[in-house]
Amino acid sequence: MLQIFVNTRYDFIGKRRWAYLLSLAVTLAGLAHIAWQGGLRYGIDFSGGTLMQVQFQQPVTVEAVRRALDRVQLGDSVIQQFGGPQEHLIRVPAGSGSLEETSRRVTEGLREAGLPGFEVRRLEFVGPQVGRDLQLQAVYAVLAGMAGILIYTAVRFDFRGGVAAIVALLHDVLVSIGAISLTGREMSLPVLAALLTIVGYSINDTIVVFDRIRETRGRGLRKGETLADVINGAINQTLSRTILTSLTVFLVVAVLYLFGGEVLRDFAFALLVGVVTGTYSSVFVAAPIIVDWDAWSHARQRTAKKTVVKAGAQR
Amino acid sequence: MPRYLWLRIALVAAVIAVSAWYVYPPRQRINLGLDLQGGIHLVLGVELDKALENIVDRVGADIRGALERKGIRAQVARRTPTGLVVQLGSPEAYDEAQRVLADYGTLAQGAADRAAGRIELALKPSEVTRLHDSAVRQALETIRNRVDQFGVAEPTIQRQGENRILIQLPGIQDPARAKALIGKTAVLEFKLLDDQADVQKALQEGPPPGDQILYGRRIDRTTRAETKVPYVVKVPTLLTGDLIQTAEVRISDIGEPYVSVTFNATGARIFGEVTEQNVGKHLAIVLDGNVHSAPVIRERIPSGQAQISGGFTADEARDLAIVLRAGALPAPVQILEERTVGPSLGADSIRKGVVSTVAGALAVVCFMVIYYRLSGVVADLALVLNLLILLACMAGFGATLTLPGIAGIVLTIGMAVDTNILIFERIREEFRLGKTVRAAIDAGFRRAFTTVIDTHVTVVVSGVILYQFGTGPVKGFAVTLMIGIVASLFTAVFFTRLIFDLIYMGRRRLQTLSI
Repeated sequence: MLQIFVNTRYDFIGKRRWAYLLSLAVTLAGLAHIAWQGGLRYGIDFSGGTLMQVQFQQPVTVEAVRRALDRVQLGDSVIQQFGGPQEHLIRVPAGSGSLEETSRRVTEGLREAGLPGFEVRRLEFVGPQVGRDLQLQAVYAVLAGMAGILIYTAVRFDFRGGVAAIVALLHDVLVSIGAISLTGREMSLPVLAALLTIVGYSINDTIVVFDRIRETRGRGLRKGETLADVINGAINQTLSRTILTSLTVFLVVAVLYLFGGEVLRDFAFALLVGVVTGTYSSVFVAAPIIVDWDAWSHARQRTAKKTVVKAGAQR
Repeated sequence: MPRYLWLRIALVAAVIAVSAWYVYPPRQRINLGLDLQGGIHLVLGVELDKALENIVDRVGADIRGALERKGIRAQVARRTPTGLVVQLGSPEAYDEAQRVLADYGTLAQGAADRAAGRIELALKPSEVTRLHDSAVRQALETIRNRVDQFGVAEPTIQRQGENRILIQLPGIQDPARAKALIGKTAVLEFKLLDDQADVQKALQEGPPPGDQILYGRRIDRTTRAETKVPYVVKVPTLLTGDLIQTAEVRISDIGEPYVSVTFNATGARIFGEVTEQNVGKHLAIVLDGNVHSAPVIRERIPSGQAQISGGFTADEARDLAIVLRAGALPAPVQILEERTVGPSLGADSIRKGVVSTVAGALAVVCFMVIYYRLSGVVADLALVLNLLILLACMAGFGATLTLPGIAGIVLTIGMAVDTNILIFERIREEFRLGKTVRAAIDAGFRRAFTTVIDTHVTVVVSGVILYQFGTGPVKGFAVTLMIGIVASLFTAVFFTRLIFDLIYMGRRRLQTLSI
């Protein structure tokens, strides 16, 4: 049978310092980029405004569209090519009036500028109140998702497992958001849906590893085996499982990214990043945290014992 | 001999049969979302303050009338959205007035000055809440009536939160017209034109006492240019739209569409009186504060039938008739969110969705067969069953398929095989440990089960949150993801186990496993 990653003996736990460094670097890079840009770019779902998807009969450049919009004082709209040189996405920021007015101004502007015939394929308008409401709900949703997962993991395994899982999850979410910012994409409702899906999915790899750790610990530590050895062993034993499950999801999401069309592209991208970091974080974030926490709490016990012994000796 | 074999086969066969029955024919059974079908999505906010103002105005008029009937002169004015001030003509009538006001249980008294004869009243908070709720419900009903008459297949009209109304009209060809129809406040009033007044003078110096200036729209036939025409109108409203029984579109002798309005019994009586007392004067027909037309009253009209005409197109007349029949909105509505998808984009999205699903399924199927051989084929069969159940559930629940929903189906394909991968890897492990084929299969399914449950629960948890939080398309994604994952418990575990048992049933001394 075709097998990969069987009887491997990689020292994941041993290399964990490098992994921490890498995680920190990538997360900070993403966050720094967001800070440098003055925040994430938000789609109209969150910031309010009007969106028009326009398809021309012939290719039209972004500059030509902008010049056309300048004539109707809408030149500071965000204009983006969408899937081909004939299709553009025009985003007029909030506060420019109702959908009717904005849409009429834009179509007038485009027509008067002598651009080729066009069809408005999609129109969206989000009022500022709805946008603000959604921002708040978005934060709640992500927090609720993480809380739910934390509770479930803590109940199924132990408290430390829950915390380690949440740190890994947080890492995944932050890296994904950073990737969105670094690639100049915007935070929209579908992207948020992708993030929430990642919250629910990336925990799966972690659970596979934790399950194996629990099973191995159940039979007790063998002579000369440390917790680090046990966990390393667990990761190695479940490696093919972890990689393969992520691979299948990666495969289908890649298909979505390539064939699913422009509307789903940002969504698929966020999922791609999420699947990769999800697997990475199970092995290099969640598991090492358990090892280090254990070591730390043992060290504390030793110091506590030492003080007791010292105190006793002094008497 | 595997347990309950025939029962299990029967169960699977039943599931397949029921699913197939629900899904066929797929075109009609599956509800398509707006992003796949084209249409318009609107979220309206009912301006509750205005609704209250209208009600308080009416209560105020009522109070004035009641006081007058007891011979008490008073001025009643609205001070705040929920409050009134009663200023008595003579402070001596204070006690008498209080007796009258005692009948108004929905009002609470604020400051009252006996010496000055001034009483402040406000709606009780419980009343305010009740009125808010009632206003939104009434708006919902009115809009539903209007949409019904407009003739849209399968509209969605729902209340959202305290004062929002969600409207989805699939397949709409003319979104602008639909919006105008829905959003029209449609307050119809009949007032008398002040024939003695000088319009120009009124424009410069303000209208004479007891009058107001309202504007009408005149559209030049040839140039379609719009001009605003001022009218000086007497303030009191003689008749309102809620006295209308029905309204119909007719064509006049010269081929122009007009709206023929029939009042109910009360309305007909008042209309008869008004026309009798005002022959030769102009009756202004005012819609939403705009003067529509102001025809001359030629004679007393006892039949309660009136004509509203004036440069209508057939569509305009029809829409006006709809709006008059369905009634006025209790308060203005504001558009909070609006999305329109053209049908060409919808068809495009469906195509891309189908391509992605097929390509994704193909990729996963190939991989499973290559890596797990015969067991991979079993897993692929389970996948097909999974998709069948998923579609059947969507058809059965009347769930709506959106573009993100299709993405959810694609994602389900990737996640459903995960379950099988977990089980198969476990079986391979048990086999490596030296177990027999039979025992390896048993142990594999058993040991992997807890992990399988865990991974399903976590996806369902985030799916539930997504469903609560998301709007239309995102909700569609949450639905397909959750149904797909739950169905995969049945297909990737139960069904796969059954097939395994069937394949390896008779061969007691099996040495190898195609996995």
